[in-house]
Amino acid sequence: MNVLIYLVPMALVLGLTGLAAFLWSLRDGQYEDMEGAALRVLSDDDLGSEDQRRSP
Amino acid sequence: MAETLDLALFVQHRDGTAHIDLAVEGVACAACIRKIEGSVRRLPGVVDARLNFTNRRLAVDWHENELAPADLIAALQDIGYPAYPFQPERTETQEAQHMRWLVKCLAVAGFAAMNVMLLSVSVWSGSDMGQETRDFFHWLSALIALPAAAYAGQPFFQSAWRAIRTRQLNMDVPISLGVILALGMSLVETATHQHHAYFDSAMMLLFFLLCGRALDHAMRRKTRAVAGNLAALKAEFAHRFDGGEVVRVPAAALRADDRLLVRPGDRLPADGVVLSGTSEIDESLVTGETARRPVGAGAIIHAGAVNFSGTLTMRVTAAGSGTLLDEVERLLDKALMARSRYVRMADRAARMYAPVVHATAALTLLGWLAAGATVHDSIVTAIAVLIITCPCALALAIPAVQVVASGALFRASVILNAGDAIERLSEINTVVFDKTGTLTLPEPRVANAAEIVPDLLERAARLALSSRHPLAAAVAREARERVPFEGASEEPGQGVRALIEAAEARLGSASFCGVAQRELTEPGASTIAFSHAGQTAVLVVRQTLRPDADETVSALRTRGLDLIILSGDRAEAVAPIAARLGIADARGGLKPAEKIAAIEALKAKGRRVLMVGDGLNDAPALAAAHASLSPISAADLAQTHADAVFLGERLSPVLETVRIAHRARRLMRQNLWLAVIYNAIAVPVAIAGYATPLIAAAAMSGSSILVTLNALRVRAGKRAVGTGVACPTESTLVPVNPS
Repeated sequence: MNVLIYLVPMALVLGLTGLAAFLWSLRDGQYEDMEGAALRVLSDDDLGSEDQRRSP
Repeated sequence: MAETLDLALFVQHRDGTAHIDLAVEGVACAACIRKIEGSVRRLPGVVDARLNFTNRRLAVDWHENELAPADLIAALQDIGYPAYPFQPERTETQEAQHMRWLVKCLAVAGFAAMNVMLLSVSVWSGSDMGQETRDFFHWLSALIALPAAAYAGQPFFQSAWRAIRTRQLNMDVPISLGVILALGMSLVETATHQHHAYFDSAMMLLFFLLCGRALDHAMRRKTRAVAGNLAALKAEFAHRFDGGEVVRVPAAALRADDRLLVRPGDRLPADGVVLSGTSEIDESLVTGETARRPVGAGAIIHAGAVNFSGTLTMRVTAAGSGTLLDEVERLLDKALMARSRYVRMADRAARMYAPVVHATAALTLLGWLAAGATVHDSIVTAIAVLIITCPCALALAIPAVQVVASGALFRASVILNAGDAIERLSEINTVVFDKTGTLTLPEPRVANAAEIVPDLLERAARLALSSRHPLAAAVAREARERVPFEGASEEPGQGVRALIEAAEARLGSASFCGVAQRELTEPGASTIAFSHAGQTAVLVVRQTLRPDADETVSALRTRGLDLIILSGDRAEAVAPIAARLGIADARGGLKPAEKIAAIEALKAKGRRVLMVGDGLNDAPALAAAHASLSPISAADLAQTHADAVFLGERLSPVLETVRIAHRARRLMRQNLWLAVIYNAIAVPVAIAGYATPLIAAAAMSGSSILVTLNALRVRAGKRAVGTGVACPTESTLVPVNPS
């Protein structure tokens, strides 16, 4: 059972990391525009020149 | 005419950069995001532009003095997206902060519930676990659960404390008590090396309840964002004299003693006194009266009225004493006091529930002591009773239904204003309608369109597009092709003319078009004549019923509701409408105080009244009624005092609202019964002392999931035929001119 001494703190640290990441993303405003995020992924802005040619 | 647009009211300044929020119409797809942001970013001086697709708002930052905010709006208009300056209301900002806090609490509770559950499951399944390991796991659970509960439980603890301080009981009181007792007892049990600790139950309870609260809040925020956008779309602009110049300013920026120019067709942006000019004004939104009132210098005029014929100069006044607005506000104060006494179903349930549960726990303690159990065991069993009855299902029973029902209403084009509106809406048995703007469409329409040659009507309608006159606006609505004729010119007070296919066409007064005047007996109706190449037509423009008023009214009647019309318009104007709809009890010519008196009389007879109205004169009646609805075209004051606002031209949202509210109430009742049945099974188990932490956890999550699933059935109701009004986001945000 001595392995618990490593495993339990590891599990807690992992959980806390997840919680901290969530709280950071919340503060960063990543949940302000849920529908927009789903649509922005479709636009090819990051492709640069190709995008220029295609834009209406 | 070139005029400056002053938007200083909406611009926020922060070290060198200026910021504005715009509500944008017509955003429908991914391409819109890129197009809007791209074209705004290309403007000189713009630092950043970001469109929030969820609430259709564009935030723009730019270097100060390098760009005028009016240019932003012009640039967006050029690419086909009308935009309106937007000032987030204080309540909206506060709600956004509250939502963020709730989600933080939810995250903390979720983290703690998961980790404590991991440890608890190990304890439950590890029967060969030694006492030291079990204690170690319990202490670890305590380490996680206590700080997490102290943080994540705040929404409940604060609300419970507020209730107790005012000597009342709400659902949060038994919740807080249950959580605190569960944690306290578990701590004592851990310290004395006992088997059972309830840390997991307490955390899971908080997690479930926070889920319900966060969802409830998210739904309310969503409807509020749409309502905010609609308010921005509707916001009035005024033409103000600044020095010798006329500047276009938002109505919100007006101050007392400003001098304004009001052109024909403009809606009056503020209360005031006419300084010069004569005109007729249409006060149907203010008083419900459809006949127009002639005004001249010195006349007192109210915001919301439409200037009909001549140009006026007016001075803005603060609401003076003895005016209509003053009377309306005095009546409102009284009416609102009566409404605040309504007690919500959940709180009524809590008032019955808490004493019963606490008495049961006390009796359990005494019973076990009398039966000869040790003091420790008796206390543990009594607390287990409290934990297992902790109203998880009960606290979710009503909010879960409310979330689903307000979602269903939202899809039926109804936006809720008040949190407890669904409960009150479900209790009504009498519907009181206002006439003007509620049963009828807010703007007049061409009544005899069917009698006129379609081609001639189309030409008249397209010519009407070039005029600002309110009667012409009614004709213009008939145009299938919304393209004005070139070279059209308007002659003030006469009409508008243009050359169509080398022949002169005229639209306007009968004499202007060379047509014999047609006498009308109906009050509130007007004629407008059209002549082109020898053909003539006389169009009758008047208030018309909403397209589905007949069906909606008869459907409401078949639901067993009593229908009444209380109108501010004259009795002669009310009678034909009442006869057409088959409503026997119709009264006209009522002042705001008389409307309230009529509603109070109904209340005294034990009726629960739903008031549907739009005018400024309806605002006190809306507040006095048991529940209230307003169309989106209503006066601001009426809208803020209505429980819900419906969109679109149809009356069917009224029926949908009643239908969904009834369904929601039935499910709320069912859910409360489910919670009671759950308790009836779980409490004897707990009293008998068999409520182990495992049983508590299973029973609690099982009942919560059951009531949530039951709540989802609000959506499943069959749709009434012909309610297909587009959802609010679609109807207001259809692409206007996507190139």
